Amino acid sequence: MDLFSLTRMAALFSKYSDHFLHGAWMALVLSLITVVLSTILGTLFALCKMSKIAPLRWIVSAYIEVFRSTPLMVQVMVIYFGAAAMGVKVSVPFMKDFNSFFWGLLVLVLNSSAYVAEIVRSGIGAVDGGQIEAARSLGMSHALALKMVVLPQALRNILPALMNEFVSIIKETSIVSLVGISELMFSAKDVVSISYRTLEPYVIAAIIYFIMVFPLSKLVSYIERRLSASVTR
Amino acid sequence: MSHVKLNEVLLEVRGLEKHFGHLEVLKGIDIDIHKGEVVAVIGPSGSGKSTFIRCLNRLEEPTAGTIIFEGQQINTKKADIDKIRQKIGMVFQNFNLFSNMTILQNITAAPINVKKLAKADAEARAMTLLERVGLADKAAEYPVRLSGGQRQRVAIARALAMDPDILLFDEPTSALDPEMVGEVLNVMKELAVEGMTMVVVTHEMGFAREVSDRVIFIDQGIIQEEAPPAEFFTNPKNPRLKDFLNKVL
Repeated sequence: MDLFSLTRMAALFSKYSDHFLHGAWMALVLSLITVVLSTILGTLFALCKMSKIAPLRWIVSAYIEVFRSTPLMVQVMVIYFGAAAMGVKVSVPFMKDFNSFFWGLLVLVLNSSAYVAEIVRSGIGAVDGGQIEAARSLGMSHALALKMVVLPQALRNILPALMNEFVSIIKETSIVSLVGISELMFSAKDVVSISYRTLEPYVIAAIIYFIMVFPLSKLVSYIERRLSASVTR
Repeated sequence: MSHVKLNEVLLEVRGLEKHFGHLEVLKGIDIDIHKGEVVAVIGPSGSGKSTFIRCLNRLEEPTAGTIIFEGQQINTKKADIDKIRQKIGMVFQNFNLFSNMTILQNITAAPINVKKLAKADAEARAMTLLERVGLADKAAEYPVRLSGGQRQRVAIARALAMDPDILLFDEPTSALDPEMVGEVLNVMKELAVEGMTMVVVTHEMGFAREVSDRVIFIDQGIIQEEAPPAEFFTNPKNPRLKDFLNKVL
């Protein structure tokens, strides 16, 4: 029984490299879109959660708690099949299988936004209250004080946590292969079924994930060190 | 300064009360602050003097009473508090310089974004103010690089940049190392001489005695005594004030 061979793995990779590279590319695209959207939405949700309007706070809190307390895999299934059951189908002319892509991306964004909202909220909470008092005492509106003083300082507080969240998004994209988005995990499964080899394609996928994630997480810890050095007085 | 003729009333406080839940911190404060006057507010800690000064620009929302600034009541829903605060500068115990901005940006942020001053004008004015407090060479630095005394001088310049009609000081020297108190008090003295209207919550009895026109003693949420400094310090009448002065002098 030879379960695993390096030479076969190399051969598989060179034969199906465009499968794997397309999958890796897809994972990066999904992550990037998720990062951008969840930063914006997460910040908005954080502000909602601190809003004076109680119903807004309740709704956003409920959403955040639900998405943080259930597994991403379950969320993907429920929303994808829920949409299908209700007959909601999203399509665009320039991309086939857009429906899967849309729902998979939506769940990634909703999931990640819930985490980012909590990160942003704690970051804002960590800004010294005297900062906003000083801004208000100069005649700045609450919104202007947020924009000029609180959010820039909160961003500095949360940058490491935020970047860690984004590193983990790259890994979490693997879950949306379940609904047929052709990202890296999906490509690996694809190669498994074409080549009848089980182990090597997954090891190749693991290596590619590692190559994408490891340098980024090293970058995060570097930035973290730099930030904490510049803030201490 | 203690010979100030009584100008028009700039700030009129009547029946000011502030409760935090069941805790009644201020129980009815009445005071008129006149244009050009320097009023020192002293009192034991927990007496409500900080709450009092923070009510004057509504950083604390008064529970009852009226505050009238330049003829307009400021503690109503109708009052545009952001507009009013442009005329009421404040200096805090902990300086509260914006840590994400340079010294110059700290001073120009409000003039540019609130008063809509042109950037070049705001910066020129900021540099003049920085020279005045002796810190022009620090314009490009961030607050973390400055000492406490330097930060507080910048905070005063920042408040002045809005051209306020009155300046509120909430224990401006209490967070400073002793050797830095003088540099801040000197800047405040100069402002007093130039006729700035100031309300100063302070533990610096020397400053209250030399610079203020009137000293008020707040304890248990009311003004227990108020008098020109000479009388206030040499002939205190209220027993609590006598007790307090015995402890601090």
